[in-house]
Amino acid sequence: MSVLKIGEENFEKEVLKSEGKVLLDFYADWCMPCKMMSPIIDEIAEELQGKVKVGKINVDNNQELAMKYDVMSIPTIMIFENGTLLKTFIGVTDKDDLLEQLK
Amino acid sequence: MYDVIIIGAGPAGVSAGLYVKRANLNVLMLYKGESALEKAEHIENYYGFENGISGKDLYLNGIRQAKNLGIDVKNEETINIRIDENKKYTVITENETYKTKAIILATGNKKNTAKIEGIKDFEGKGISYCAICDGFFYKNKEVVVIGNGKYAVSEANELINIAKTVTILTDGKDLPGINNIKIDTRKIRRILGKNRVEEIEFEDSKKLKVDGIFIALGTADGNDFAKKLGIITKNNKIIVNENMETNVAGIYACGDCTGNLLQVSKSVYEGTKAGLQAINYVRENLNV
Repeated sequence: MSVLKIGEENFEKEVLKSEGKVLLDFYADWCMPCKMMSPIIDEIAEELQGKVKVGKINVDNNQELAMKYDVMSIPTIMIFENGTLLKTFIGVTDKDDLLEQLK
Repeated sequence: MYDVIIIGAGPAGVSAGLYVKRANLNVLMLYKGESALEKAEHIENYYGFENGISGKDLYLNGIRQAKNLGIDVKNEETINIRIDENKKYTVITENETYKTKAIILATGNKKNTAKIEGIKDFEGKGISYCAICDGFFYKNKEVVVIGNGKYAVSEANELINIAKTVTILTDGKDLPGINNIKIDTRKIRRILGKNRVEEIEFEDSKKLKVDGIFIALGTADGNDFAKKLGIITKNNKIIVNENMETNVAGIYACGDCTGNLLQVSKSVYEGTKAGLQAINYVRENLNV
């Protein structure tokens, strides 16, 4: 299982208290651009397995988390490093741009 | 059901259309608004015109050439594109709804960039370019749509059942004939807020409190459709590979909307490539 399901219940453990870089994809099932982003996120998870933690957050089920991080447009991709937010990408984002930030 | 719908009738769109039509596929070409080529006074750097040619003549010749070859060409504004099940698409225009197997975006360069102070600063912080994607975040909130055409009305209609209030702000322009949506025609001075959009200030110095702003200026272009469909863009240009394929299967982009050289020759090449690729796609994937 290379992509983690992240939600309010495990956000602290898997993201805030996690060492190294974590890539998070905020999405919803009804969001067409999110569906196009999803395979790109899966590819990154596969390629960087063991190096970068990759997770997806369903905003329908985690509205408080989305609000806390000011997610107002999906997909939104966030990269955390040692529990601190490093970079936010809004909208479907080129894989290379994400990989560059994950180096 | 069309095999291919081409949006745009400039050098890229027409070139794509010529190849698709000659491959005996069922093709529809939709266009509306001004082409950048139409505004070019004189073109002297394109092959085959010994005395050069006016941009307008070249543009109109292209549309006539497409029609003469039997391409279905319609002067209709495309308002939305939806992805259906089974890799098919629905293209919604001001008049009609069409189904298609593949789409070629040849809409030209962004014509309607918003010049209102604050827009860039608040992108993703209360400013959105896609009502259907981001409306969810404005449940029972007060939102506005900035725009003055059918595209703005379409975006407002997407929001009307979600948001508490929806107002179209035309920024000084007219938008007659709309009954179900509130319209404010005052000129906008700037968008204000701390970490996110909070208020719009008009030229008369009065302010309007808003939770969200949806941008839908003029006619929707390739970049607007890309954002709704999940096509990768960068700096308002559609990202394609060497075959003019976007990251969404069956959708191609060519010409000025993919960036780089804004030249007729580049658009003709990309249109050709997109057309040929769309032909292969329709034949291989959809058993024509």
